[in-house]
Amino acid sequence: MTNSVNITIDGKRYKAQKGKNLVNVAKANGLYIPTLCHFREVDPPLGTCRICTVEVDGKTTAGCTTKVYEGMNVQINTPELLNTRKAIIEMLYAEGNHFCPSCEKSGNCDMQNLGYDMGITVSRFPHVYSKKAVDFTSDRMIMESNRCILCKRCVEEIKTKDGKDVFSFVKRGVGTRVQIDYEEEAKLSDEEALYAMSICPVGAILVKGVAYEKPFGKRKYDKSGSSKQIQLNDKLKQKSKDQKFVVATTSLAGCFGCHMSLLDINTELLDVLEIVEFNKSPLTDIKKFSKQCDIGLVEGGCANSENIEVLKEFRKKCDILVVFGECAIMGGIPAMRNFFSLKECLEEAYINGITTELGANIIPNHEDIPKMLDQVYPCNEIVKVDYFIPGCPPNANHIWKVVKNILLGEEYSITHEEFKYD
Amino acid sequence: MIPDKHIPQRFNLVNVLWDIQKKRRYISKDDIAKIANEFNISKTELEGIISFYHFFHFKDAGKYTIYLNCSTISKLYNYHEVKKAFEDELGIKMGNTTKDKMFGLFQTSCIGLSDQETSALINYYPFTNLTAEKARTLIAKIRAGHSLQELCNFPKDNIQYKPEDENKTIFFKPFEIGDGLKKLKKLSPEDVIKMVEDSKLSGRGGAFFPTGTKWKYCRNNVSDQKYIICNADEGEPGTFKDRVLLNSYPELLIEGMAIAGYAVGATEGFIYLRAEYKYLKEGIEKAIENFNQAKLLGKVILGIENFDFNVQIFIGAGAYVCGEETALIASMEGKRGEPTTKEYFPVEKGYLGKPTVVNNVETLCAVPRLLEMGLKNYLAIGTKSTPGTKLLSVSGDCTKPGVYEIEWGMKLKDFLVLIGANDPYMILFNGFAGECLSSVDFEREISGENLLADQIQFTFKDPIEYAHKMSGVGLRSGGSFMVFNQSRSLISVLKNITDFFVAESCGICVPCRTGNFLLSRKIDKIKLGHGSKSDMEEIQEWSHIIKQSSRCGLGKTSTNCLLTAMLKFPEEFEKLTKDESDFNDAFNIDRATQNYDNIIQEIESTYD
Repeated sequence: MTNSVNITIDGKRYKAQKGKNLVNVAKANGLYIPTLCHFREVDPPLGTCRICTVEVDGKTTAGCTTKVYEGMNVQINTPELLNTRKAIIEMLYAEGNHFCPSCEKSGNCDMQNLGYDMGITVSRFPHVYSKKAVDFTSDRMIMESNRCILCKRCVEEIKTKDGKDVFSFVKRGVGTRVQIDYEEEAKLSDEEALYAMSICPVGAILVKGVAYEKPFGKRKYDKSGSSKQIQLNDKLKQKSKDQKFVVATTSLAGCFGCHMSLLDINTELLDVLEIVEFNKSPLTDIKKFSKQCDIGLVEGGCANSENIEVLKEFRKKCDILVVFGECAIMGGIPAMRNFFSLKECLEEAYINGITTELGANIIPNHEDIPKMLDQVYPCNEIVKVDYFIPGCPPNANHIWKVVKNILLGEEYSITHEEFKYD
Repeated sequence: MIPDKHIPQRFNLVNVLWDIQKKRRYISKDDIAKIANEFNISKTELEGIISFYHFFHFKDAGKYTIYLNCSTISKLYNYHEVKKAFEDELGIKMGNTTKDKMFGLFQTSCIGLSDQETSALINYYPFTNLTAEKARTLIAKIRAGHSLQELCNFPKDNIQYKPEDENKTIFFKPFEIGDGLKKLKKLSPEDVIKMVEDSKLSGRGGAFFPTGTKWKYCRNNVSDQKYIICNADEGEPGTFKDRVLLNSYPELLIEGMAIAGYAVGATEGFIYLRAEYKYLKEGIEKAIENFNQAKLLGKVILGIENFDFNVQIFIGAGAYVCGEETALIASMEGKRGEPTTKEYFPVEKGYLGKPTVVNNVETLCAVPRLLEMGLKNYLAIGTKSTPGTKLLSVSGDCTKPGVYEIEWGMKLKDFLVLIGANDPYMILFNGFAGECLSSVDFEREISGENLLADQIQFTFKDPIEYAHKMSGVGLRSGGSFMVFNQSRSLISVLKNITDFFVAESCGICVPCRTGNFLLSRKIDKIKLGHGSKSDMEEIQEWSHIIKQSSRCGLGKTSTNCLLTAMLKFPEEFEKLTKDESDFNDAFNIDRATQNYDNIIQEIESTYD
């Protein structure tokens, strides 16, 4: 190589061809810089998603838009950069509506995969509950702008034969979205339409009729192979104090699926009962706290006044509060009502819905019935939460590993199969 | 590559849209179909372009379109009263058009009249020093058929100060056209570039990139066509010095552009004039005409071989981010004004893919003066790193708002005396993308001396350490200088700043697009008294993430004021925040169930 340059990445020296893209150079040397908007040899690179943020000669910049030059000093994996990259993904999660369990792209989604990769359990940013219109107008495609991360891949890549844009950015600032041009879209071939869907790194561009084509286990990111369980000391440490640990659980606005998952550890439950005593919990049917608890496990978000009361009580009565499952973390399925007004929801459910009786005109209400909140709130917007376990539902082993770690300080590892969003 | 004759050139697109907006007051679906067809682009792409710019409307914006300035300084004066007066008088809320389509009422970011607030534009005619009374009379007079031209207040220059010694003045002294250009007879383009480099002239919009270096790069790129663009998109809130130059010294600017053209080998010049300054267009055109008459523009200027240069004006359409040079070029090319990734700098591939120099108005105006007075005399003014003078636009709590031409090196405290700031508490220096200054900075001088590495001032955690480290460091500003006294609410100012960036972000990258939006919510929480120390820590962490990962300068600088305010005015935040709690006080159960109670009541009464 005549025009090769010497560069330093994370303290190690490498040779690379001058002017080559940093992300590709790193990849060629077995170093991983996460990317989302970057794909193939798009020239010039889009540089929109910022996930490949790295430090070059002391300045942070996007790796995909950086060309290598002689003597450049690159940092990829400082704790600060890892945190920044994680924060960007978290911000994307908070900005859009990424309900993995109900998304057609789940398992084939680049962003979901990065979420797993970075071990994101909860977004540090409050959920925005984006209310952009979902566009079904086109005969063949659906544009779900609430999932769009504005990576610009489709805007730059998908053109008609006469060179016109099919997708375009409209508006600006926080209202920016991708709009689809129906006329131009109709000119695409079926292959081109499928290609548009496949380059979308999330579930924003969908071709009607081909969603969920691949079954679980065969999706793009299912194939990653099973990860190995690291063998740890599996003997439960004996508890030093005489009493058992006290655990309370509850389900707020959830489906009890997370509680079902709790039971999924089967016979291991017996081991757990050796060291744990349940207080208030649907498992014991104890309705009221009888003492201060070590851990409170909360499933579901807050949809009504009773949820709020119970959650606040849990916060007071439990030293450590763990929320588990998507609903508790970001509102989940119940939070889908946040995109409509409460009035619309109630009228649809009790007055105008197709299953309501003709002439129904009452929305159930009584002083004993809890009041609905204006929207569904994730638990951490009401009280301080100590730990989050994602999943719909979370894997049983994941839950118990977290609990045991908190109680016994026991180390644990979570395999890919145990860590899930959908 | 000869473009197809039937397809109008893309760079005319914004002009075409302006014509329709002016004629019809909105751009209809039919117009979009027609224009998209003419320009051979998809309708969606066109909608994307139209919706990017604040001054293009999809709905009728009224025969008289009122844009009321909602910037911080406007709010220090009569914004709220004037807004109410307009709303009451017209019977509509902000953001709407009257039923008879006569009036549209909208708000807009800083329009470059901070020295005479509250101000508004009506069909781009300026109206300054508004009061509720004046607003009401204005509407009545418009209804009575008075013309806007006769009603409007052409803004005063408000030049408050220039160095006492005329030899130390660069901008605000008489100028004869040709004074700078004549010197070119004896100077080669390389000589000019050398001279500009030696003068240490740097980008006066606020980025301070060395002008000579920029010109040299452009000169070294071989091309059949090169362009000089004057960035007159003075959108930084609180800045209006370019307005004064464009109004009273357009000749300086045109001459500066021609000299730049000579130096880099460009023959075409554009003035990218922000739409807010449309009322200055006529004057600039007249000046261009004078140059043409005097044969100081056109072909073989002053008989110098190959020295051809022409200047024309391009009108922007309302987007702060277009002050960023790559966004500005995209906007001139008829695209959404989104900044590019700097794969190529404009001096390599700029306007229409050709090498382009983009310079600020003040930068270009300094050039003919430099030639006229000679390098030696120029270097005798100012400080070593920043020779010459600087224009500052002063507004806010002081007795003499207006434009100041000061020699670089003046102490901040002396400047505060000069402008009549009797009780300065906080200063927004260098605009919303600049920083907050407090009394710890008053001893510092306004100059480019002893600058620390980029962005270091935003990394301090401790105010004492900051004061110690920064005491000898110069302060550079693109021109904005807003003073606030202790009676002003710091948090409201910060809220205004954050909201400004939410509105002006181009929307491409998530840290800027959503990060600022989330910060704005967080500031609301603090403002309402629900914040705690952890909220403050989160603001800091998020601000740094936005700064680190944003795609262009807009995002990278959007949290500067917030971060420096938190460092220097911790007591302001302490008095608003409370102790750490396990419960989020911002959540109020009564408020959250209010809606439910109302619905039940409403439905029960309907069916009773």
